[in-house]
Amino acid sequence: MDTMRDRFAPVASRLLDEDPRVAVVLAAIGTDGFAGAARRHPGRVVDVGIREQLLVGAAAGLALTGLRPVVHTFASFLVERPFEQIKLDLGHQDAGAVLVSAAASFDWPAGGYTHMSPGDVALLDTLDGWTVHVPGHPDEAETLLRHAVAAGDDKVYVRLSLQSNQRALSVDGERFRTVREGRSGVVVAVGPMLDAVLAATEGLDVTVLYATTVRPFDAAALRRATEAAGTDVVLAEPYLAGTSTAAANDALSDVPHRVLGLGVGRRELRRYGQLEEHVAAHALDARSLRERIGSFVGAAVRV
Amino acid sequence: MTNATYTYTYADLPGLMGLMTGDEKHGPAATSTLDVLWVLYDRVLRVSPEGRTDPGRDRFLLSKGHGPMAYYAVLAAKGFVPVEWLPGFGSYDSPLGHHPDRTLVPGAEIGSGSLGHGLPIAVGTALGLRAQGLDEPRVWALVGDAELDEGSNHEAIAFAGPAGLERLHTVVVDNSSATYARPGGIAARFEAAGWSVLTVDGRDHDALYAAFTAPHPGRPHVVVARVEPKSA
Repeated sequence: MDTMRDRFAPVASRLLDEDPRVAVVLAAIGTDGFAGAARRHPGRVVDVGIREQLLVGAAAGLALTGLRPVVHTFASFLVERPFEQIKLDLGHQDAGAVLVSAAASFDWPAGGYTHMSPGDVALLDTLDGWTVHVPGHPDEAETLLRHAVAAGDDKVYVRLSLQSNQRALSVDGERFRTVREGRSGVVVAVGPMLDAVLAATEGLDVTVLYATTVRPFDAAALRRATEAAGTDVVLAEPYLAGTSTAAANDALSDVPHRVLGLGVGRRELRRYGQLEEHVAAHALDARSLRERIGSFVGAAVRV
Repeated sequence: MTNATYTYTYADLPGLMGLMTGDEKHGPAATSTLDVLWVLYDRVLRVSPEGRTDPGRDRFLLSKGHGPMAYYAVLAAKGFVPVEWLPGFGSYDSPLGHHPDRTLVPGAEIGSGSLGHGLPIAVGTALGLRAQGLDEPRVWALVGDAELDEGSNHEAIAFAGPAGLERLHTVVVDNSSATYARPGGIAARFEAAGWSVLTVDGRDHDALYAAFTAPHPGRPHVVVARVEPKSA
Protein backbone atom coordinates (compact mmCIF):
# COMPACT_ATOMS: atom_id res chain seq x y z
CA MET A 1 0.00 0.00 0.00
CA ASP A 2 1.27 3.47 -0.76
CA THR A 3 1.54 5.94 2.08
CA MET A 4 -0.36 9.15 2.69
CA ARG A 5 2.79 11.05 1.80
CA ASP A 6 3.17 9.07 -1.46
CA ARG A 7 -0.31 10.29 -2.30
CA PHE A 8 0.36 13.95 -1.55
CA ALA A 9 2.41 15.07 -4.56
CA PRO A 10 0.23 13.37 -7.22
CA VAL A 11 -2.97 14.75 -5.69
CA ALA A 12 -1.58 18.24 -5.19
CA SER A 13 -0.20 18.15 -8.75
CA ARG A 14 -3.66 17.34 -10.08
CA LEU A 15 -5.11 20.18 -8.01
CA LEU A 16 -2.53 22.51 -9.58
CA ASP A 17 -3.79 21.38 -13.00
CA GLU A 18 -7.45 21.76 -12.08
CA ASP A 19 -7.48 24.99 -10.10
CA PRO A 20 -5.51 28.09 -11.17
CA ARG A 21 -5.71 29.40 -7.59
CA VAL A 22 -3.61 26.58 -6.16
CA ALA A 23 0.08 27.13 -5.42
CA VAL A 24 2.41 24.65 -3.74
CA VAL A 25 5.12 25.99 -1.45
CA LEU A 26 7.96 23.72 -0.38
CA ALA A 27 11.15 24.02 1.64
CA ALA A 28 13.48 21.47 0.03
CA ILE A 29 11.37 18.55 1.34
CA GLY A 30 9.22 16.59 -1.09
CA THR A 31 10.30 18.54 -4.15
CA ASP A 32 10.93 15.50 -6.40
CA GLY A 33 7.23 14.68 -6.55
CA PHE A 34 6.49 18.10 -8.02
CA ALA A 35 9.03 18.07 -10.86
CA GLY A 36 6.33 17.57 -13.50
CA ALA A 37 3.91 20.05 -11.96
CA ALA A 38 6.69 22.62 -11.66
CA ARG A 39 7.33 22.34 -15.40
CA ARG A 40 3.63 22.81 -16.16
CA HIS A 41 3.06 25.56 -13.60
CA PRO A 42 6.45 27.16 -12.93
CA GLY A 43 5.00 30.14 -11.08
CA ARG A 44 2.79 28.09 -8.82
CA VAL A 45 5.30 25.57 -7.53
CA VAL A 46 7.78 27.36 -5.28
CA ASP A 47 10.69 25.82 -3.40
CA VAL A 48 12.17 28.37 -1.00
CA GLY A 49 15.01 26.09 0.06
CA ILE A 50 15.66 25.22 3.69
CA ARG A 51 13.88 28.31 4.99
CA GLU A 52 10.81 27.48 7.01
CA GLN A 53 10.09 30.99 8.26
CA LEU A 54 10.07 32.19 4.66
CA LEU A 55 8.01 29.12 3.75
CA VAL A 56 5.06 30.30 5.83
CA GLY A 57 5.60 34.03 5.29
CA ALA A 58 5.74 33.57 1.52
CA ALA A 59 2.61 31.40 1.64
CA ALA A 60 0.83 34.27 3.38
CA GLY A 61 1.97 36.67 0.66
CA LEU A 62 0.71 34.29 -2.02
CA ALA A 63 -2.63 34.11 -0.23
CA LEU A 64 -2.86 37.89 -0.02
CA THR A 65 -2.68 38.03 -3.82
CA GLY A 66 -5.64 35.66 -4.05
CA LEU A 67 -3.92 32.28 -4.46
CA ARG A 68 -4.56 29.15 -2.37
CA PRO A 69 -1.17 28.05 -1.00
CA VAL A 70 -0.55 24.41 -0.10
CA VAL A 71 2.47 24.33 2.17
CA HIS A 72 4.40 21.17 2.89
CA THR A 73 7.27 19.91 5.00
CA PHE A 74 7.80 17.77 8.10
CA ALA A 75 5.50 18.68 10.98
CA SER A 76 8.36 19.85 13.22
CA PHE A 77 9.48 22.35 10.60
CA LEU A 78 6.01 23.28 9.38
CA VAL A 79 4.22 23.95 12.66
CA GLU A 80 6.80 24.22 15.40
CA ARG A 81 9.74 26.10 13.95
CA PRO A 82 7.78 28.89 12.21
CA PHE A 83 4.96 28.99 14.71
CA GLU A 84 4.90 32.77 15.02
CA GLN A 85 4.61 33.01 11.25
CA ILE A 86 1.56 30.74 11.43
CA LYS A 87 0.08 32.89 14.17
CA LEU A 88 0.79 36.27 12.56
CA ASP A 89 1.37 35.85 8.81
CA LEU A 90 -1.71 33.65 8.44
CA GLY A 91 -3.91 34.24 11.49
CA HIS A 92 -3.34 37.92 12.21
CA GLN A 93 -3.26 38.83 8.50
CA ASP A 94 -6.54 36.98 8.02
CA ALA A 95 -4.88 34.96 5.25
CA GLY A 96 -5.59 31.30 4.55
CA ALA A 97 -3.43 28.33 3.64
CA VAL A 98 -3.40 24.55 3.65
CA LEU A 99 -0.54 23.21 5.72
CA VAL A 100 0.25 19.57 4.90
CA SER A 101 2.73 17.89 7.20
CA ALA A 102 4.61 14.63 7.05
CA ALA A 103 6.42 12.56 9.71
CA ALA A 104 3.62 13.02 12.28
CA SER A 105 4.47 12.10 15.90
CA PHE A 106 7.21 9.57 15.26
CA ASP A 107 7.09 8.26 11.70
CA TRP A 108 10.89 8.09 11.56
CA PRO A 109 11.97 6.90 15.00
CA ALA A 110 15.51 6.20 13.82
CA GLY A 111 15.73 9.92 13.07
CA GLY A 112 15.19 10.76 16.71
CA TYR A 113 13.32 13.53 18.48
CA THR A 114 14.41 16.28 16.06
CA HIS A 115 11.98 14.84 13.52
CA MET A 116 9.11 14.05 15.87
CA SER A 117 6.15 16.35 16.36
CA PRO A 118 3.57 14.95 18.78
CA GLY A 119 2.64 18.48 19.87
CA ASP A 120 1.59 19.95 16.52
CA VAL A 121 -2.17 19.74 16.97
CA ALA A 122 -1.98 21.00 20.56
CA LEU A 123 0.08 23.93 19.35
CA LEU A 124 -2.44 24.83 16.64
CA ASP A 125 -5.08 24.62 19.35
CA THR A 126 -3.69 27.83 20.84
CA LEU A 127 -4.83 29.61 17.66
CA ASP A 128 -8.29 30.45 16.40
CA GLY A 129 -9.99 29.17 13.29
CA TRP A 130 -7.91 26.18 12.23
CA THR A 131 -9.49 23.11 10.68
CA VAL A 132 -7.42 20.00 11.45
CA HIS A 133 -7.68 16.83 9.38
CA VAL A 134 -6.02 13.62 10.64
CA PRO A 135 -6.62 10.98 7.97
CA GLY A 136 -6.27 7.32 8.89
CA HIS A 137 -5.65 5.96 5.40
CA PRO A 138 -4.11 7.24 2.13
CA ASP A 139 -7.55 7.29 0.46
CA GLU A 140 -8.89 9.42 3.30
CA ALA A 141 -5.84 11.65 3.04
CA GLU A 142 -6.63 12.25 -0.62
CA THR A 143 -10.26 13.12 0.14
CA LEU A 144 -9.37 15.40 3.04
CA LEU A 145 -6.65 17.13 1.05
CA ARG A 146 -9.21 17.95 -1.61
CA HIS A 147 -11.62 19.22 1.04
CA ALA A 148 -8.85 21.36 2.50
CA VAL A 149 -7.89 22.99 -0.77
CA ALA A 150 -11.54 23.60 -1.67
CA ALA A 151 -12.26 25.27 1.68
CA GLY A 152 -12.22 28.86 0.39
CA ASP A 153 -9.55 30.81 2.23
CA ASP A 154 -9.78 28.75 5.42
CA LYS A 155 -6.77 27.83 7.50
CA VAL A 156 -6.47 24.05 7.30
CA TYR A 157 -3.91 21.59 8.63
CA VAL A 158 -3.65 18.11 7.09
CA ARG A 159 -1.57 15.70 9.14
CA LEU A 160 -0.11 12.88 7.06
CA SER A 161 1.39 9.82 8.74
CA LEU A 162 2.98 6.50 7.92
CA GLN A 163 0.61 5.04 10.51
CA SER A 164 -2.46 3.82 8.70
CA ASN A 165 -5.53 1.66 9.13
CA GLN A 166 -5.98 -1.35 6.83
CA ARG A 167 -9.12 -0.03 5.17
CA ALA A 168 -10.34 3.42 4.27
CA LEU A 169 -13.70 4.69 5.44
CA SER A 170 -15.70 7.39 3.75
CA VAL A 171 -14.92 10.74 5.33
CA ASP A 172 -16.70 14.06 4.83
CA GLY A 173 -14.17 16.55 6.20
CA GLU A 174 -16.48 17.53 9.05
CA ARG A 175 -18.06 14.89 11.21
CA PHE A 176 -17.10 11.96 13.42
CA ARG A 177 -18.67 8.70 12.30
CA THR A 178 -19.99 5.86 14.39
CA VAL A 179 -18.26 2.57 13.65
CA ARG A 180 -19.46 0.54 16.61
CA GLU A 181 -22.28 1.03 19.11
CA GLY A 182 -22.33 0.06 22.79
CA ARG A 183 -23.77 1.14 26.13
CA SER A 184 -20.81 1.45 28.50
CA GLY A 185 -18.69 4.29 27.24
CA VAL A 186 -17.54 6.11 24.13
CA VAL A 187 -14.11 5.78 22.56
CA VAL A 188 -13.09 8.39 20.02
CA ALA A 189 -10.43 6.94 17.72
CA VAL A 190 -8.54 9.59 15.78
CA GLY A 191 -7.21 8.78 12.31
CA PRO A 192 -4.63 5.99 12.31
CA MET A 193 -5.67 4.89 15.81
CA LEU A 194 -8.84 3.22 14.55
CA ASP A 195 -7.59 -0.32 13.84
CA ALA A 196 -5.88 -0.55 17.23
CA VAL A 197 -8.95 0.85 19.00
CA LEU A 198 -11.29 -1.60 17.25
CA ALA A 199 -9.02 -4.50 18.18
CA ALA A 200 -8.70 -3.21 21.74
CA THR A 201 -12.45 -2.82 22.24
CA GLU A 202 -13.45 -6.16 20.67
CA GLY A 203 -16.07 -7.62 23.01
CA LEU A 204 -16.30 -4.45 25.11
CA ASP A 205 -19.72 -2.82 25.25
CA VAL A 206 -18.55 0.58 24.00
CA THR A 207 -19.38 2.94 21.19
CA VAL A 208 -16.46 3.75 18.88
CA LEU A 209 -16.47 7.04 17.02
CA TYR A 210 -14.00 7.63 14.22
CA ALA A 211 -12.60 11.16 13.94
CA THR A 212 -10.59 12.28 10.94
CA THR A 213 -11.49 15.95 11.28
CA VAL A 214 -10.67 16.88 14.87
CA ARG A 215 -10.99 20.65 14.63
CA PRO A 216 -13.61 21.88 14.77
CA PHE A 217 -14.33 19.12 17.31
CA ASP A 218 -17.61 17.37 16.52
CA ALA A 219 -19.20 18.03 19.91
CA ALA A 220 -22.65 17.10 18.64
CA ALA A 221 -21.53 13.62 17.63
CA LEU A 222 -19.91 13.03 20.99
CA ARG A 223 -23.00 14.21 22.83
CA ARG A 224 -25.27 12.00 20.75
CA ALA A 225 -23.05 9.00 21.38
CA THR A 226 -23.08 9.56 25.14
CA GLU A 227 -26.88 9.59 25.21
CA ALA A 228 -26.91 5.82 24.60
CA ALA A 229 -23.46 4.86 25.82
CA GLY A 230 -23.07 7.04 28.91
CA THR A 231 -20.61 9.80 29.59
CA ASP A 232 -17.39 7.85 30.11
CA VAL A 233 -15.26 9.07 27.21
CA VAL A 234 -11.88 7.83 26.04
CA LEU A 235 -9.95 9.83 23.47
CA ALA A 236 -7.36 7.81 21.54
CA GLU A 237 -5.20 10.28 19.63
CA PRO A 238 -2.02 9.65 17.61
CA TYR A 239 -0.43 12.86 18.94
CA LEU A 240 0.10 14.36 22.38
CA ALA A 241 -2.10 12.71 25.02
CA GLY A 242 -4.89 14.98 26.17
CA THR A 243 -4.85 17.24 23.10
CA SER A 244 -8.65 17.02 22.74
CA THR A 245 -9.55 16.58 26.41
CA ALA A 246 -10.65 20.19 26.76
CA ALA A 247 -12.80 19.93 23.64
CA ALA A 248 -14.51 16.79 24.98
CA ASN A 249 -15.03 18.44 28.37
CA ASP A 250 -16.58 21.46 26.68
CA ALA A 251 -18.90 19.20 24.68
CA LEU A 252 -20.15 17.62 27.91
CA SER A 253 -19.90 20.62 30.22
CA ASP A 254 -23.52 20.40 31.41
CA VAL A 255 -23.50 16.72 32.33
CA PRO A 256 -21.38 14.72 34.78
CA HIS A 257 -18.73 12.92 32.76
CA ARG A 258 -15.27 11.44 32.83
CA VAL A 259 -12.63 11.80 30.12
CA LEU A 260 -9.50 9.71 29.65
CA GLY A 261 -7.04 11.16 27.15
CA LEU A 262 -4.74 8.62 25.55
CA GLY A 263 -1.99 9.54 23.14
CA VAL A 264 1.72 10.16 22.87
CA GLY A 265 3.42 10.83 26.20
CA ARG A 266 4.96 14.21 26.90
CA ARG A 267 8.25 12.82 28.17
CA GLU A 268 10.94 12.55 25.50
CA LEU A 269 11.53 8.85 24.95
CA ARG A 270 15.14 9.11 23.67
CA ARG A 271 14.82 5.87 21.73
CA TYR A 272 15.34 5.15 18.05
CA GLY A 273 14.08 1.92 16.46
CA GLN A 274 10.82 1.25 14.62
CA LEU A 275 7.47 2.99 14.49
CA GLU A 276 5.72 0.00 16.11
CA GLU A 277 8.16 0.10 19.02
CA HIS A 278 7.22 3.71 19.68
CA VAL A 279 3.52 2.92 19.43
CA ALA A 280 4.03 0.27 22.10
CA ALA A 281 6.25 2.48 24.24
CA HIS A 282 3.47 5.07 24.40
CA ALA A 283 0.98 2.28 25.22
CA LEU A 284 -0.96 2.91 22.02
CA ASP A 285 -0.89 -0.67 20.73
CA ALA A 286 -4.10 -2.72 20.86
CA ARG A 287 -3.11 -4.72 23.95
CA SER A 288 -2.17 -1.66 26.00
CA LEU A 289 -5.24 0.21 24.80
CA ARG A 290 -7.49 -2.67 25.85
CA GLU A 291 -6.06 -2.58 29.37
CA ARG A 292 -6.44 1.14 29.76
CA ILE A 293 -9.85 1.45 28.08
CA GLY A 294 -11.15 -1.69 29.81
CA SER A 295 -10.16 -0.58 33.28
CA PHE A 296 -11.57 2.91 32.70
CA VAL A 297 -15.01 1.87 31.46
CA GLY A 298 -14.99 -1.31 33.60
CA ALA A 299 -14.55 0.70 36.79
CA ALA A 300 -17.50 2.82 35.77
CA VAL A 301 -19.68 -0.21 35.15
CA ARG A 302 -18.89 -1.61 38.60
CA VAL A 303 -19.90 1.62 40.41
CA MET B 1 -11.34 70.49 6.93
CA THR B 2 -11.44 66.93 5.61
CA ASN B 3 -9.14 65.12 3.29
CA ALA B 4 -11.91 65.01 0.69
CA THR B 5 -11.69 68.74 0.12
CA TYR B 6 -8.06 69.55 0.76
CA THR B 7 -4.84 68.36 -0.80
CA TYR B 8 -2.32 67.68 1.90
CA THR B 9 1.36 68.30 1.34
CA TYR B 10 4.53 67.26 3.08
CA ALA B 11 4.29 70.43 5.17
CA ASP B 12 1.04 69.16 6.70
CA LEU B 13 2.53 65.91 8.04
CA PRO B 14 3.89 67.29 11.34
CA GLY B 15 0.44 68.64 12.10
CA LEU B 16 -1.20 65.32 11.30
CA MET B 17 1.30 63.50 13.51
CA GLY B 18 0.60 66.05 16.21
CA LEU B 19 -3.04 64.92 16.22
CA MET B 20 -1.81 61.50 17.40
CA THR B 21 0.88 62.56 19.82
CA GLY B 22 -0.46 65.90 20.99
CA ASP B 23 2.93 67.29 20.09
CA GLU B 24 4.51 68.75 16.98
CA LYS B 25 7.95 67.55 18.01
CA HIS B 26 8.43 63.88 17.34
CA GLY B 27 11.09 61.41 18.34
CA PRO B 28 13.34 59.70 15.84
CA ALA B 29 11.35 56.45 16.03
CA ALA B 30 8.27 58.23 14.74
CA THR B 31 9.94 60.29 12.04
CA SER B 32 12.75 58.09 10.72
CA THR B 33 10.38 56.73 8.10
CA LEU B 34 8.52 59.96 7.33
CA ASP B 35 10.39 61.12 4.23
CA VAL B 36 10.64 57.64 2.75
CA LEU B 37 6.91 57.11 3.22
CA TRP B 38 6.03 60.47 1.76
CA VAL B 39 8.14 60.07 -1.35
CA LEU B 40 6.75 56.58 -1.94
CA TYR B 41 3.12 57.53 -1.50
CA ASP B 42 3.41 60.93 -3.18
CA ARG B 43 5.51 60.03 -6.20
CA VAL B 44 6.18 56.30 -6.59
CA LEU B 45 3.40 53.93 -5.52
CA ARG B 46 0.46 53.41 -7.85
CA VAL B 47 -2.14 53.11 -5.12
CA SER B 48 -5.21 55.10 -4.23
CA PRO B 49 -8.03 54.86 -1.71
CA GLU B 50 -10.46 53.97 -4.48
CA GLY B 51 -8.15 51.33 -5.95
CA ARG B 52 -6.95 49.82 -2.74
CA THR B 53 -8.33 46.38 -3.65
CA ASP B 54 -7.41 46.56 -7.34
CA PRO B 55 -5.32 43.46 -8.18
CA GLY B 56 -3.10 45.66 -10.35
CA ARG B 57 -2.16 48.09 -7.57
CA ASP B 58 1.32 48.43 -6.17
CA ARG B 59 1.73 46.90 -2.71
CA PHE B 60 3.41 48.66 0.17
CA LEU B 61 4.09 46.47 3.19
CA LEU B 62 5.16 48.29 6.33
CA SER B 63 7.25 45.65 8.06
CA LYS B 64 8.65 48.00 10.68
CA GLY B 65 5.31 48.37 12.40
CA HIS B 66 6.36 50.21 15.53
CA GLY B 67 6.22 53.99 15.58
CA PRO B 68 3.53 54.03 12.89
CA MET B 69 2.51 57.67 13.34
CA ALA B 70 4.32 58.74 10.18
CA TYR B 71 2.57 55.92 8.30
CA TYR B 72 -0.86 56.92 9.56
CA ALA B 73 -0.15 60.57 8.83
CA VAL B 74 0.74 59.74 5.23
CA LEU B 75 -2.28 57.45 4.84
CA ALA B 76 -4.47 60.26 6.16
CA ALA B 77 -2.85 62.83 3.91
CA LYS B 78 -3.50 60.59 0.90
CA GLY B 79 -7.10 59.92 1.86
CA PHE B 80 -6.88 56.25 2.91
CA VAL B 81 -7.98 56.96 6.48
CA PRO B 82 -10.01 59.92 7.74
CA VAL B 83 -8.02 62.62 9.48
CA GLU B 84 -10.69 62.41 12.19
CA TRP B 85 -9.32 59.01 13.19
CA LEU B 86 -5.90 60.35 14.13
CA PRO B 87 -6.63 61.83 17.59
CA GLY B 88 -7.96 58.46 18.78
CA PHE B 89 -4.56 56.81 18.13
CA GLY B 90 -4.08 53.80 20.39
CA SER B 91 -7.46 54.03 22.12
CA TYR B 92 -9.87 51.12 22.51
CA ASP B 93 -12.27 52.31 19.84
CA SER B 94 -9.63 53.42 17.36
CA PRO B 95 -8.63 51.36 14.31
CA LEU B 96 -5.17 52.92 14.63
CA GLY B 97 -3.00 51.02 17.09
CA HIS B 98 0.61 51.40 18.09
CA HIS B 99 1.13 48.62 15.58
CA PRO B 100 -1.06 48.61 12.45
CA ASP B 101 -3.67 45.95 11.74
CA ARG B 102 -4.47 45.39 8.06
CA THR B 103 -8.02 44.34 8.86
CA LEU B 104 -8.67 47.69 10.57
CA VAL B 105 -6.66 50.22 8.55
CA PRO B 106 -7.82 50.91 4.97
CA GLY B 107 -4.83 50.73 2.67
CA ALA B 108 -2.59 48.78 5.05
CA GLU B 109 -1.49 45.67 3.18
CA ILE B 110 -0.27 43.84 6.30
CA GLY B 111 -0.52 44.03 10.04
CA SER B 112 2.91 44.36 11.60
CA GLY B 113 4.73 44.99 14.84
CA SER B 114 6.56 41.76 15.43
CA LEU B 115 9.80 42.23 13.52
CA GLY B 116 10.85 40.20 10.52
CA HIS B 117 7.51 39.34 8.95
CA GLY B 118 6.99 41.94 6.22
CA LEU B 119 9.79 41.04 3.86
CA PRO B 120 8.97 37.30 3.72
CA ILE B 121 5.31 38.18 3.08
CA ALA B 122 6.45 40.63 0.39
CA VAL B 123 8.41 37.81 -1.25
CA GLY B 124 5.25 35.72 -1.35
CA THR B 125 3.26 38.66 -2.67
CA ALA B 126 5.73 39.14 -5.51
CA LEU B 127 5.61 35.41 -6.26
CA GLY B 128 1.82 35.42 -6.22
CA LEU B 129 1.54 38.37 -8.58
CA ARG B 130 4.09 36.84 -10.93
CA ALA B 131 2.26 33.50 -10.91
CA GLN B 132 -0.93 35.26 -12.00
CA GLY B 133 0.74 37.18 -14.80
CA LEU B 134 0.34 40.48 -12.97
CA ASP B 135 3.68 41.88 -14.09
CA GLU B 136 2.96 45.56 -13.54
CA PRO B 137 2.44 45.88 -9.78
CA ARG B 138 5.52 46.58 -7.71
CA VAL B 139 5.88 45.27 -4.19
CA TRP B 140 7.59 47.43 -1.59
CA ALA B 141 8.56 46.43 1.95
CA LEU B 142 9.86 48.92 4.48
CA VAL B 143 12.17 47.45 7.11
CA GLY B 144 14.36 48.97 9.79
CA ASP B 145 18.09 48.37 9.95
CA ALA B 146 17.79 46.63 13.32
CA GLU B 147 14.92 44.57 12.00
CA LEU B 148 17.33 43.10 9.47
CA ASP B 149 18.88 41.21 12.36
CA GLU B 150 15.89 38.86 12.30
CA GLY B 151 16.73 35.55 10.64
CA SER B 152 13.46 35.52 8.72
CA ASN B 153 14.68 38.55 6.77
CA HIS B 154 17.90 36.76 5.93
CA GLU B 155 15.85 33.89 4.53
CA ALA B 156 13.89 36.33 2.38
CA ILE B 157 16.95 38.26 1.16
CA ALA B 158 18.85 35.08 0.32
CA PHE B 159 15.91 33.70 -1.67
CA ALA B 160 14.73 36.80 -3.52
CA GLY B 161 18.04 37.56 -5.28
CA PRO B 162 18.64 34.18 -6.92
CA ALA B 163 14.87 33.88 -7.59
CA GLY B 164 15.13 37.06 -9.67
CA LEU B 165 12.13 38.76 -8.06
CA GLU B 166 12.37 41.92 -10.12
CA ARG B 167 9.11 43.38 -8.85
CA LEU B 168 10.24 43.15 -5.23
CA HIS B 169 11.60 46.30 -3.61
CA THR B 170 12.85 46.90 -0.11
CA VAL B 171 13.64 50.14 1.58
CA VAL B 172 15.79 49.88 4.68
CA VAL B 173 15.46 52.91 6.92
CA ASP B 174 18.89 52.93 8.52
CA ASN B 175 19.05 54.88 11.75
CA SER B 176 22.03 52.88 13.01
CA SER B 177 19.99 51.07 15.60
CA ALA B 178 21.15 47.49 14.97
CA THR B 179 22.79 45.92 17.99
CA TYR B 180 25.87 44.71 16.15
CA ALA B 181 27.05 46.57 13.10
CA ARG B 182 26.82 44.37 10.04
CA PRO B 183 30.29 43.62 8.65
CA GLY B 184 30.55 45.37 5.31
CA GLY B 185 27.34 47.30 5.94
CA ILE B 186 23.74 46.69 5.00
CA ALA B 187 24.32 47.16 1.29
CA ALA B 188 26.92 44.39 1.22
CA ARG B 189 24.44 41.92 2.66
CA PHE B 190 22.00 42.51 -0.20
CA GLU B 191 24.72 42.72 -2.85
CA ALA B 192 26.02 39.32 -1.82
CA ALA B 193 22.54 37.91 -2.38
CA GLY B 194 22.31 39.34 -5.89
CA TRP B 195 20.12 42.38 -5.29
CA SER B 196 20.36 45.76 -6.96
CA VAL B 197 21.44 48.15 -4.20
CA LEU B 198 21.49 51.91 -3.74
CA THR B 199 22.27 53.88 -0.60
CA VAL B 200 20.96 57.43 -0.24
CA ASP B 201 20.24 60.20 2.23
CA GLY B 202 16.89 59.23 3.71
CA ARG B 203 15.86 62.87 4.12
CA ASP B 204 16.58 63.95 0.53
CA HIS B 205 13.36 63.57 -1.42
CA ASP B 206 14.88 63.83 -4.88
CA ALA B 207 17.62 61.36 -4.01
CA LEU B 208 15.04 58.96 -2.61
CA TYR B 209 12.87 59.31 -5.70
CA ALA B 210 15.80 58.66 -8.01
CA ALA B 211 16.83 55.60 -6.01
CA PHE B 212 13.29 54.25 -5.79
CA THR B 213 12.79 54.50 -9.54
CA ALA B 214 16.22 53.33 -10.70
CA PRO B 215 16.01 50.43 -13.19
CA HIS B 216 17.10 47.01 -11.90
CA PRO B 217 16.34 44.44 -14.61
CA GLY B 218 16.09 40.86 -13.43
CA ARG B 219 16.88 41.60 -9.80
CA PRO B 220 15.09 42.74 -6.67
CA HIS B 221 16.02 46.23 -5.61
CA VAL B 222 16.89 47.64 -2.20
CA VAL B 223 17.30 51.26 -1.21
CA VAL B 224 19.18 51.90 2.01
CA ALA B 225 17.87 55.23 3.29
CA ARG B 226 20.22 56.61 5.89
CA VAL B 227 18.80 58.92 8.51
CA GLU B 228 20.19 60.41 11.69
CA PRO B 229 21.18 57.77 14.29
CA LYS B 230 18.41 56.78 16.69
CA SER B 231 20.61 57.72 19.65
CA ALA B 232 21.44 61.18 18.27
